[in-house]
Amino acid sequence: MNPANYLYLSAVLFSIGAVGVLVRRNAIVVFMCIELMLNASNLAFVSFARTWGNLDGQVIAFFVMVVAAAEVVIGLAIVMAIFRTRRSASVDEANLLKY
Amino acid sequence: MNPLLAVVETSGNAGETIVFWVCAIVAVAGALGMVLSRRAVHSALWIASTMMSLAVLYFSLSAPFLGVTQVVVYTGAVMMLFLFVLMIVGVDSSDSLVETIKGQRLAAIVLGLALVALLVAAVGSATLQAQGLDAANTVDGGNVQGLARLIFGRYVLAFEVTSALLITAALGAMVLAHRERHTPRPTQRQLSEQRVRSGYPQNLPGPGVYARHNAVGTPGLLPDGTPTDISVPAPLRGVSAVVGVDHEDTARVVTLSSGLAVGPTDDEETVS
Repeated sequence: MNPANYLYLSAVLFSIGAVGVLVRRNAIVVFMCIELMLNASNLAFVSFARTWGNLDGQVIAFFVMVVAAAEVVIGLAIVMAIFRTRRSASVDEANLLKY
Repeated sequence: MNPLLAVVETSGNAGETIVFWVCAIVAVAGALGMVLSRRAVHSALWIASTMMSLAVLYFSLSAPFLGVTQVVVYTGAVMMLFLFVLMIVGVDSSDSLVETIKGQRLAAIVLGLALVALLVAAVGSATLQAQGLDAANTVDGGNVQGLARLIFGRYVLAFEVTSALLITAALGAMVLAHRERHTPRPTQRQLSEQRVRSGYPQNLPGPGVYARHNAVGTPGLLPDGTPTDISVPAPLRGVSAVVGVDHEDTARVVTLSSGLAVGPTDDEETVS
């Protein structure tokens, strides 16, 4: 099986995630799209690890997972804090820093 | 050798191709469903299917440790966290379809397609020769042992920095989720005085229990047959569609059950 197929799949998933970040207005769905992009890059790392025949790519993917978990915890806490004051999870509502 | 790994690797090339295409289709469908579904809960379910199929792909890429981690961390922990926050923020919260910036959606889709084209062209022009992970996975006795040697050997500094990151994230989440009290907490005496003065010191009536409905959202009926809103928990008030008892209908049922014939009601006449 051609190892490039995994990279194509990863590219498609990453682009769908990027489009989702640009298109969606709900902050939680935007976070899900970011998770999808991280997952896509993980798939590329794991597939590169097999292409090169060593485990370094898998270690990097493991670290990406750890960072993603920390990021999602902080991000959702921020969404909660914004929701508590603005009563909305839309990214358009959080515009206080503008003025 | 790891038995999971053995299963994947002895299944040969054709098996891997089938697994890849099945999982790729499920993953792309899940990703598209996540972006396209309006409700946040549906998005969460779609992306969970994407993550599961990615876990299967990790297994077929001879990375069983990452496959298990993907299931435990992503579909287990991260998606649960998403769902918890969705429950708090409101399950019904659906996106508005109004474009804040004119033409943004079309531009985003065009940019996404351009990104796909760029990445596919870049990958397509590269020469890839898979070496396989059999040697790397067996040299230390398995995939997990090989990863452990790397994480606690060459990457030990990154591993320690990761622990600092996780502690910072936990602290940050606690600080951000903490709510300051602006007013003093009412004492039990104040609460009971407030209750007596409210004019309704007794318990609120319980919600209704019916043959077809005993959900907590169905209001209880007063003796005269009208539903009472205070029997429903405050967030569900006004949502329920239960109407009061129709005394004409009740009388009709009583007559029917005693064996007498009843003429059609006004509704039935208009239907026929």
